[in-house]
Amino acid sequence: MPSDSAWAGVVLAALRKHDVRLAVYVPDKVLIPLIDGVHADPFFTAFTATREEEGVGICAGAWMGGLRSILMMQTSGFGNVPNALASLAVAYQIPVVMLVSERGSLGEVNVGQVWSSRVVAPVCDALGIPHQTIERLEDLAFVVDRSIVQAHATQTPVVLVLSPLLTGGKVFAA
Amino acid sequence: MTATLSRIELMRGLVGMLRDEAVVAGIGNTNFDLYAAGHRSQNFYMLGSMGLAFPIALGVALAQPRRRVIGIEGDGSLLMNLGCLATIAMVAPANLTLVVMDNGVYEITGGQPTASAQRCDFVEVARATGIAHSAWAQDTSDFVRLVQAALERTGPSLIGARIERGPAIAQPPRDPAQIRDRFMQAMGSRKGFGA
Ligand SMILES: Cc1ncc(C[n+]2csc(CCOP(=O)(O)OP(=O)(O)O)c2C)c(N)n1
Repeated sequence: MPSDSAWAGVVLAALRKHDVRLAVYVPDKVLIPLIDGVHADPFFTAFTATREEEGVGICAGAWMGGLRSILMMQTSGFGNVPNALASLAVAYQIPVVMLVSERGSLGEVNVGQVWSSRVVAPVCDALGIPHQTIERLEDLAFVVDRSIVQAHATQTPVVLVLSPLLTGGKVFAA
Repeated sequence: MTATLSRIELMRGLVGMLRDEAVVAGIGNTNFDLYAAGHRSQNFYMLGSMGLAFPIALGVALAQPRRRVIGIEGDGSLLMNLGCLATIAMVAPANLTLVVMDNGVYEITGGQPTASAQRCDFVEVARATGIAHSAWAQDTSDFVRLVQAALERTGPSLIGARIERGPAIAQPPRDPAQIRDRFMQAMGSRKGFGA
């Protein structure tokens, strides 16, 4: 893992600490170090879902069966999940921990990404789902650690948005 | 084309052969029929999240590899999320059985025809995604036999049943927290308050 993806190592450590063994994702370029990390470590069962809402279902079922999970996606993918969050995770009080890589800001060249990233905060607010945007590596361990604890203790989904200020974001050719 | 089968007879046949299996039933008549066939605490009834019965069942199957898990989904619901069959084929859980109740309509919303009423064949779709053990039930005893074989097999199976239309005879209480908590206690993943 290159040194500029230290953030991914911090997340992986938090997942291991909290016995989060299932990693489900729809790919995102910025998430590569994390995706590679969960595939490289046999501690994790890691695979792709075809849609983000499918991932919500898988993670919800896993938690009800006693297995903790993380669901990873980019902000555009978060736009696929509101109904699954509302009618499954929120309604049934199921902690689905989501790591969302932020597209659409700080140098985005794709206007579609810009608009879809803007739905994340209003959707979370409408559903009463705690959400944090993490910008600084110094904050990351604390926020991920405490968010996993709170999500499971209070049986509430949580959304952690990884800012390009943390990850470097997606770099576009000039 | 196979015959049109009685929904409640199929569901009673399925429930009648169960012991401690987890069953996840989708939105629409699948969860109503599962309840009507006789409530068990290992049943999870969906109230929304259309199309997620199989993904939820996959999650339970991964969490509890020693338990058999059955997902039951309607045709309209599965059409919303056909991709989950490809995921299940890829992950290939040893302990997951999928049941599709295909009445060719979106019954709950007024009986509008689904794509499976025309061309889409779920057993062919499942085979093409890589779920090799996929079959249509020819009649109720064939259905029971297919489910039994699936429960004894290592690897995912899909069983399709072409069912009659009509209203459900009972519905579970719409209390999601209670549904979830009872299910988790039955899964052993949650302790209750005691007696
Ligand atoms: C995301 C979403 N879209 C639409 C609906 C409305 N809806 C509820 S049940 C249903 C039909 C389900 O069809 P099927 O799975 O075939 O079951 P059936 O009604 O035939 O028993 C629809 C469209 C919904 N609840 N959620």
